[in-house]
Amino acid sequence: MALALETLISCTAMNTLTDPEIIKRSLWLIPCLPLAGAVINGLLGRRLPARIIHFIGCASIFISFLVSVAGFFTLLGIEEPQQRFLTQSLYQWILTVWHQGSFGLEVAFRLDPLSMVLCLVVTGVGFLIHLYSVGYMAGDESQSRYFAYLNLFTFSMLLLILADNLLLMFVGWEGVGLCSYLLIGFWFTDLEKAQAGMKAFIVNRVGDFGFFVGLMLLFWTLFEGSNGTMTGLGFQQLREAIPLLGTASPILGVGVATWVALLFLVGATGKSAQIPLYVWLPDAMAGPTPVSAFIHAATMVTAGVYMIVRLNFLYVIAPAAMAVVAVVGGVTAFYAATIALTQNDIKRVLAYSTISQLGYMFLAVGVAAFSTGIFHLVTHAFFKALLFLGAGSVIHAVHSNEMQEMGGLKKYMPHTYLTFMVAYLAISGIPPFSGFMSKDEILWATFNSHLPVAGLGKALWALGLLTAGLTAFYMTRLIALTFMGSFRGGSEKEKHLHESPAVMTLPLMVLAVLSAVGGVIGLPAITHLPNLLHDFLGPVLSSHVTSGHQAHAYWLELLLMLISTGVATSGIYLGWLFYVKRPELPGQVAARFASLHRLLFEKYYVDEVYQTLFVRPILKLVALSGRFDLNTIDGAVNLSSRVTTKFAFLIGWEDLKIVDGAVNGLAEIFKRWGAALRHLQTGRVQHYLYSVVLGIFLLSVAMIMF
Amino acid sequence: MPYSLPSFLVVSSLLFCLGMFTVLTRRNAIGILMGIELVLNGAALNFVAFSRFLEPSQTTSLLSGQVFTLFIIAIAAAEVAVALAIILSLYSRMKTIDVEEFKQLQG
Repeated sequence: MALALETLISCTAMNTLTDPEIIKRSLWLIPCLPLAGAVINGLLGRRLPARIIHFIGCASIFISFLVSVAGFFTLLGIEEPQQRFLTQSLYQWILTVWHQGSFGLEVAFRLDPLSMVLCLVVTGVGFLIHLYSVGYMAGDESQSRYFAYLNLFTFSMLLLILADNLLLMFVGWEGVGLCSYLLIGFWFTDLEKAQAGMKAFIVNRVGDFGFFVGLMLLFWTLFEGSNGTMTGLGFQQLREAIPLLGTASPILGVGVATWVALLFLVGATGKSAQIPLYVWLPDAMAGPTPVSAFIHAATMVTAGVYMIVRLNFLYVIAPAAMAVVAVVGGVTAFYAATIALTQNDIKRVLAYSTISQLGYMFLAVGVAAFSTGIFHLVTHAFFKALLFLGAGSVIHAVHSNEMQEMGGLKKYMPHTYLTFMVAYLAISGIPPFSGFMSKDEILWATFNSHLPVAGLGKALWALGLLTAGLTAFYMTRLIALTFMGSFRGGSEKEKHLHESPAVMTLPLMVLAVLSAVGGVIGLPAITHLPNLLHDFLGPVLSSHVTSGHQAHAYWLELLLMLISTGVATSGIYLGWLFYVKRPELPGQVAARFASLHRLLFEKYYVDEVYQTLFVRPILKLVALSGRFDLNTIDGAVNLSSRVTTKFAFLIGWEDLKIVDGAVNGLAEIFKRWGAALRHLQTGRVQHYLYSVVLGIFLLSVAMIMF
Repeated sequence: MPYSLPSFLVVSSLLFCLGMFTVLTRRNAIGILMGIELVLNGAALNFVAFSRFLEPSQTTSLLSGQVFTLFIIAIAAAEVAVALAIILSLYSRMKTIDVEEFKQLQG
C-alpha cells in the first residue's frame, strides 16, 4: 500500500516536473540561478562567512543542473523527434517596425538536443569543479570574488548555449571572454598573471571581431535577399532563410556563405584556441587550476565548436569553408601535440593537449560529422577536466607546476593517481574508455569524408592518427614524470606530501567514472548497438556523417580501429621506454636533434613573432597617441586656461572698481548725511527750545491760514 | 477807554513773549529762571482775565480762573525750588552757571 502510494506520488511528480509547459517557463532558471549566485557573492560576499559563499556558489549551479536534468527528461518525453525543442521568450529586446514589415530580436532561450547536451555538461562538470574549488581555494583571501566570477562565467556560458538567436549568443560569447579574463588574472597582484589575462582577452577580441563582421554580413545579405521580410535572427528563422545566401551575388569571387562561414571560423579560432589565435591558452594557465579545468578545458573553449555545430545549416552550404575548418583543426591538433612533447610545466602540457583535442573537434565538424564533434566535446570535457583537477591536486601538494620537481607521487596520492590514470587512458584513446570512442569516430569520419580537395580526407586522417600517437606519448611522459619513479623535489617537501581532501577527490572520482563509461552514449555501429548521441542530436543537424551508416564498411571501420589502437599503444610503449625504462634516452634524443628540440620547446617562436608583428607596432601607436594627447590636447586645455586667467584680471578690475564703488558710495552717502545732521545736536537746551518755539509758531500760522 | 478782555490778553501775551525771549537768549541760568517766571505769570494773568470777563457756564464758575492762578503760583514756587537745586549742583560741578558751557551732549 505504502509502496503504491509512493509510486503514485513519484509518477505525478515526474510528470509534473517533466511537463513541457513547466520546463518552458523555467528555462530562464538555468542561466539565471548562477547569475543570482554571482550577484550575491559579488556584492555581499565580503561580509559573508566562507561556508555561505561556498554554499551559494555550488548550490546555484547544482539547482541549474537539476533543472537541466528535468529538461532532459522532458525532451525525451516528447515523442516526435522533430518537435524536441522548448523555447521560452523573456522579453522583446529589439523591435523595429516600418510600414512594410518589422524586425525584432527577443531575449529567448531554446532547449533542443544540442543545447541540452551542452547544458548538462556545463552544469554537471561545472558543479563538480565548484565543489573542487571549495577545497582548492580554501584559505585564499578573495573567496567571494572567485565564486562570483565563476558563477558569472557559468551564467554567460549558459546564455551562449541556450540563446535562441545569434545576437544573444554573441552576448554570452563576449561574457565568457570577459570572465575568462577576470579569472585568469584572478591573482592580479602578480604582473605576469595579470598580463596573461590581458593577452587572453585581447586575442579573444580579435576573434570576436571576426564573429561580429560575419554576423553583420549574414544579417545584411539575408535582409536584402529576403526583400526586407526577414523578421529576426532566431536559429529557426536562420535555418529557413539560409538558402537566400546561395542566391546572393559573390563578393570578390567567393560566395557569401563561404565568407560568413570563414568569418565565424575566425571567431571560433579565437574562442577555441586554434591556429592562429591559440596563443592565449598556454598563458592562461596562470589562473587557478579549477578555472583552467572549467573554462579552458570543458566549457569556454568548446564554445567555438558549439557555434559551428549550431550553424551547421550555414556550413553545409559552404563546403570550401568546411574544408578550411577541417584543415585548421587537423593541423592545429598535430602542431599543438608536437609542442606538448617538450614542455616541463604540467599545466602547459595539458593546455597544449587541450588545443590539440579541440583541433580534433574542429576536424570532426569540418568533415560534417557534427554529432561526432559534440561527442568528443563531451568526452573531452570529462577527461580533460579530470586531468586538470588531478594536476591541481598534484600542484596543491607539491607547490610547484614543474614536472622536474615531481615524481613518485603515486604512493603519496593514490586517489589522484588512480583517477588520473583513468583520464590518461581515455585521452590516449585506449578502448573501451570514452576518449577512444569519440576520437575513433572522428578518425573514421575523416577517413570517409568527401572534401573538395581530393585525398584531403585521407591525409587529415593520417595526421590525426599521428597526433593520436603523439598524444599517447606525451601523456605517458607526463604520468611517468609526475607519478612514477622517485620524488625529485627535495626531502623537505617530500615530508609534506599528502592526498587532497575529500571535497577535491570526490569530483575526481565522479569524473573518472564518466571518463571510463561515457563512451557508451556513442557506440560505434560495429557493435550493433544504437549510437544514442547521434540519434538524440539527429533532428538538430541538417546533414551529418558518423560512423556506421555505410553497412558495407564494417570491416574497414574495424581495421581503422585496430590501427588507431595500435598507434596509441605504441605511443604509450615509447613513452614508457623513454621515461621509465631508460630515462637517459630523452636527453640523448634532445641533444641529437638540438635545434628541433629548441624549436618545439620555444613553441615555434610564435609568441615572439606575434610580439614583433603586432604587439610592438600597436604599442608604438599607443605611445604616439599618448604624445599627441599630451602635447596637442593638453596644450589646448592649458592655452584656454591661460586666456581665462587674463580675462579674469579684467573681471577682477571691474569687480573692484564698479561693484565695490557702488557699495562704498552708498555707505559714503549715509556717512555724509550723518555728518551733516550731527551739527543739529549742539547739546544746548536753549537751541532745542528755540526749535520747539519755532515749530509751534509755524504750526499755529499754518492752522490759522488753512 | 474802558478796559476789556483783549487788553488783558495783550498784556499777558506780551509778558509770555518777553518771558520766552528771556528763556531763549539769557546766558545766565538764573536769568532763564526769571524768564520762566515771566511766562508763568503771563499765563496766570490770562487765567485771571478770563475769570473776570467770561460768563459762568456748566463746567466753569466765576472763580475757576483765580483758583487756577493760585495753583500756578504754587507750582511756580515748587518748580523754582527744584530748579535752584539743579543750578546749585550744576555750579558745584561746573563752577559756572553759564549755559553756553553745558555742551556735553553735543553730537
